[in-house]
Amino acid sequence: MLEKNAILVEGAFKEYYFNRFDFIHVPVKANEREFGYQKINSGMIRHLAMKNDKELHLLLMKEIPSDVYCSNAYYSFPNLPMSEKDWKGADLIFDIDAKDLALPCRKDHTVYKCTSCNDTITGHQSECSKCGSTKFETISVSCNNCISESKKEVSKLIEILTSDLAIKREEIEVYFSGNEGFHVRITSGAYETLGSQERADLVDYIMFNGTVPETFGIKKQDASKVSLPTTDEGGWRGRIARNLFASKAKTLKITKQITSEGYSSFQLKLEEIKRTMGVRVDPKVTMDIHRIFRLEGSINSKSGLAKIQCDDLDSFDPFSQACLLGHDEVQIVANCPLPIKLKNKKYGPYYSEPVSLPKYAAVYMLCKGLGNVV
Amino acid sequence: MLKLGIKDLVKYPFLAEAGEYLRETGLGLEQLGEPDWKPILEKAYGRIVVASSGQIYSPDMERLDNDSEILSFIVAIILLKSASTGTLTRRFSLAEARRAEKYLQQDLWVQKDKKNLELPLKIIQELFGIRVSVENDEFVIKIPDYLRRSVHFHEKEWKLVNRRVADGLVYLTAHETVRLIRTELGEYINSKIQSISIGSIPESFRQRVQDLILLAKRFSDTTIVSSDYPPCIKHAIGVLERGENLPHSGRFLLATYLLARGQTVDQIAPLFKNAPDYNERVTKYQLEHISGSSGKGTKYQCPSCDKLRSENLCFATPDCDGIINPVQFGKKRKN
Ligand SMILES: [Zn+2]
Ligand SMILES: [Zn+2]
Repeated sequence: MLEKNAILVEGAFKEYYFNRFDFIHVPVKANEREFGYQKINSGMIRHLAMKNDKELHLLLMKEIPSDVYCSNAYYSFPNLPMSEKDWKGADLIFDIDAKDLALPCRKDHTVYKCTSCNDTITGHQSECSKCGSTKFETISVSCNNCISESKKEVSKLIEILTSDLAIKREEIEVYFSGNEGFHVRITSGAYETLGSQERADLVDYIMFNGTVPETFGIKKQDASKVSLPTTDEGGWRGRIARNLFASKAKTLKITKQITSEGYSSFQLKLEEIKRTMGVRVDPKVTMDIHRIFRLEGSINSKSGLAKIQCDDLDSFDPFSQACLLGHDEVQIVANCPLPIKLKNKKYGPYYSEPVSLPKYAAVYMLCKGLGNVV
Repeated sequence: MLKLGIKDLVKYPFLAEAGEYLRETGLGLEQLGEPDWKPILEKAYGRIVVASSGQIYSPDMERLDNDSEILSFIVAIILLKSASTGTLTRRFSLAEARRAEKYLQQDLWVQKDKKNLELPLKIIQELFGIRVSVENDEFVIKIPDYLRRSVHFHEKEWKLVNRRVADGLVYLTAHETVRLIRTELGEYINSKIQSISIGSIPESFRQRVQDLILLAKRFSDTTIVSSDYPPCIKHAIGVLERGENLPHSGRFLLATYLLARGQTVDQIAPLFKNAPDYNERVTKYQLEHISGSSGKGTKYQCPSCDKLRSENLCFATPDCDGIINPVQFGKKRKN
């Protein structure tokens, strides 16, 4: 990030951190967790210990980080190198990101920015019309559809966690990630000592990965002897049954059909079910038991929005509720060829033009790389 | 504690109660060394020899003599301890675990009679801390308890997504329940043998102890198992040592890794001896193929960490930070 942009962004972050101490807390078991942070244009600093809110606030004021992280793991010695930390357990976490959902709306809110001349365009082109370069950076801006589709994944996840895994709803915390997705954290102790392999298998369960027709009573040999699950069963078997036999009257007919179609066709059906009913989480995040994860209440420097907890997921609007930076007007040259919506107000499109914007909107564009300080 | 019958101790002689039983008989090590008790010594030796060959000692429960069964187990432990051979002790522990597994399964199977169920469920709970409950004709355990064990199996049927799951519980058959704890049972017996201490042994035991030391040499590993192997390699070696099935991809990993570390086909081959489907000729042929010394001469490279993760063969620890292939382990240490 250009130095002049960094000054404005850091200033806005500092103001936020200073005014909103009430909003930024260390998580439970803070003194057993590893903290880390980044500053604009510099590397990650990890292996920090933080005893309480006061120490965290001091760090925020002193360093004005662009991003702050905290481990989902608990250690005996969080500030020692990884091999000496003595891992004790880790919250079970899930990451749902709109960019992993391959939604058709993506192309409508993606800006292509030429990496050599910084020109921005909206549709995909093979080369830059200004300088002829073929390298583009893709930048995704606010999209309500991406958020509502991500919310659907969160709801699917919560349904599986509560009914299949017996995790209580109050043990599930849902956060807006600060950019275009959600983080889910489980506070239940039952799963916290599971290792990486165990979590990987749990993720496969949630994503409906690696299942075989035998699980649903369809054998390779003796394909005529089908014993499909029933709608009153728990877990995926019941979920699949309720999907297949949505209409009770057709149960017999559908069973006959599945029997006659055979093993490999049911395998294809399972693939299809995985795409629609499996939860699309990022498996790497859940498997990683040493990860430092964005701290709730902190600002995400990809957007200038905050990672905050969603109390009511359905009505949650990240582009107003997580947009917490200052309002005073600042001047930038905005190069944002798509309109963005923040705090229920539309900004842009702007084509390399000087504009006066509220700080939160200006920072959003600077963070996305779609503008520069005058 | 449960009141155990003598038949239960015959089935599960590794339980603490077996020692209690010995004390009650008033027999000391000294006496067991007397010529009258020679058949027990021979039976004990026989149990170890059978176990070392990978078979399971399984006498006819109805016809055997309870005392000699329990005593021969205890004497076998004393012999192993005196010979202090890790290989034989491991093999013996695994074979005894498999034997007990058979009985556990039978005891679980006779479900209608709740009295019978109490003992196997209690053993599982007390030794391994897993609460197994019974629901209709099935056994149920908590998902985390299940996952901690099932991840060591590579067959698709053990994936959680292929189990019956509801309300935080996994449903299992009697066979699957005991299969899940086989490894731990072996480790439990192994650690039990490791932890006992014996004084001097009777003179009459010495010959058999010598025989065991000789026997152990036949199984000693010529492969150098080093502590600076990455966790995925240690895991693969562990699976083979326990006599469990390592999938083809795991064998490929092990072979390519050890070849990359400069070991020869002859050094690597013995590692696969414990595999359930071991065939010396085929193993050597495959190893030579991988090493590039036969066929077209392509030397295969060790698979990347990414690939291993996708095959469930990665068991990364913090020491793995920053590497992308197991062969880099230990070379690119941070800090
Ligand atoms: Zn250009
Ligand atoms: Zn979208």
